[in-house]
Amino acid sequence: MKREVPLLISIAAGIFVLIGFFVPHPAIRTTYDDIQQWVIIVVAFTYVLGMANLLRINVEQVRRRAKDWPYKAALVAALLITMAVGFSEGTRYLNDGTRFSWIYNTFYSSMSSTMFSLLAFFIASAAFRAFRVRTVEALLLAIAAFILMLGRVPIGNIIHPLLPQAADWLMEIPQNAAKRGILMGAALGVMATGFRIILGIERTYGSESGGG
Amino acid sequence: MSPSLADLRRLDRRWIFLAIGVLVVAPLLTGFHIAPVRPGARAKGFYDAIERVPAGATVLLAGDYDPGTIAENYPMHLAAARQLMSRNIKIIAVELYPGGPPLADRVLRIAGEEFHKRESYDYVNLGFKSGNEVVMSQMGSSIPRTFPADRRGIPVSQIPVMKGVENFSQIALLVSVSAGFPGTKEWVQQVVSRYHVPMIAGVTAVSAPEYYPYLQAGQLQGLLGGMAGAAEYEVLVGHPALATRGMDAQSLAHVFIAFMILLGNIAALPQRSAGKKQGPSA
Repeated sequence: MKREVPLLISIAAGIFVLIGFFVPHPAIRTTYDDIQQWVIIVVAFTYVLGMANLLRINVEQVRRRAKDWPYKAALVAALLITMAVGFSEGTRYLNDGTRFSWIYNTFYSSMSSTMFSLLAFFIASAAFRAFRVRTVEALLLAIAAFILMLGRVPIGNIIHPLLPQAADWLMEIPQNAAKRGILMGAALGVMATGFRIILGIERTYGSESGGG
Repeated sequence: MSPSLADLRRLDRRWIFLAIGVLVVAPLLTGFHIAPVRPGARAKGFYDAIERVPAGATVLLAGDYDPGTIAENYPMHLAAARQLMSRNIKIIAVELYPGGPPLADRVLRIAGEEFHKRESYDYVNLGFKSGNEVVMSQMGSSIPRTFPADRRGIPVSQIPVMKGVENFSQIALLVSVSAGFPGTKEWVQQVVSRYHVPMIAGVTAVSAPEYYPYLQAGQLQGLLGGMAGAAEYEVLVGHPALATRGMDAQSLAHVFIAFMILLGNIAALPQRSAGKKQGPSA
């Protein structure tokens, strides 16, 4: 029953949502909309579950003084303080001048941007240390990289007026053709997996070792 | 083996970090200008799609990003809000990233003050809703049911700009500013292919290639890729701002990275020839 009941729910929901996608009849549409509302509510609960799991794992590691426990303590403290401040300020927690807004702008926004900005430094370092042209394929990749990197910024036009056009051609013809093929292949794979789940023949789905 | 090339191979990467740091920061601080930004066809498509929307119509502005990609997404988001408000188009903003609502608020407030637009009357931010693609699909049935209140907690029934807006039939254009999942791809799949709402998108540079097939198929009418796309669009809107200033820094960074690839391969040349002499196993 542990396997069959979730599988039956998945099959019923899958078939109904598939029908609801194509059939706009009110009888189907109402239930289809209800199922979607349930999904939104369930997904909202996963945030609570995720937070509970984060707290459980990190509090335990702090208690045991595991490796890097001060970082985990900082994580738990930041989580609890942010939540407490957010709840204390009610629905206006994101308005200008609130303490939550200060936390968002001062910590969250700055740190997220910093993480992304660090990429520039590591890409530059990796370009020097790791990008080696040893094969014809690597040479083609390097040429494409040069054209795109220089052709996509205003300085490319100064280096050579044809660079931006070459970059556009690369993106619109070879890149697009490859991406379209990948997209179609992935879409067929998703459809096949979806059908397998709906028909209850996807073995990994719902099994204890599987990802479903 | 040349000693200078051996030294080059052992170059401390902190010098590279310093160089890229200086190249990025210097143009931003000094206002040093290299070359003008020239709008391309994709940015023009984005701009023209908004120009085609009649004044008074309602547009859905999806700001699906968070501060992680603020350098790329925020300038295009702000420029889109400016163009929409300058044309007296009503805006309904939604976000599918939990960190997105404050950025959308900021964008709408700045553009709103510039064009003397009032919240609730000319624009509204419905805020964040969890559920990813399901939220998009549910909005096709009923936007008020999916977002019963705006971000401030005001019921949508009391918000003038939401009057008469039930689903995508009342939306003239979907503008997606996206950092990844859920974002532009999901809006195309759930909304454009099903409800045939015209759509344009502004995305991060790294994800832009993913959307070219949708652009070529006509499912997207315009596409802004990264800061370069945002800068082109700012020029079209006639309000060069954050992205345009950032393009000089990005130009220098790109040239430097290209130079680093070249330099790294030159430094590795003696090693490679030594390896060839020793045989294929080297």
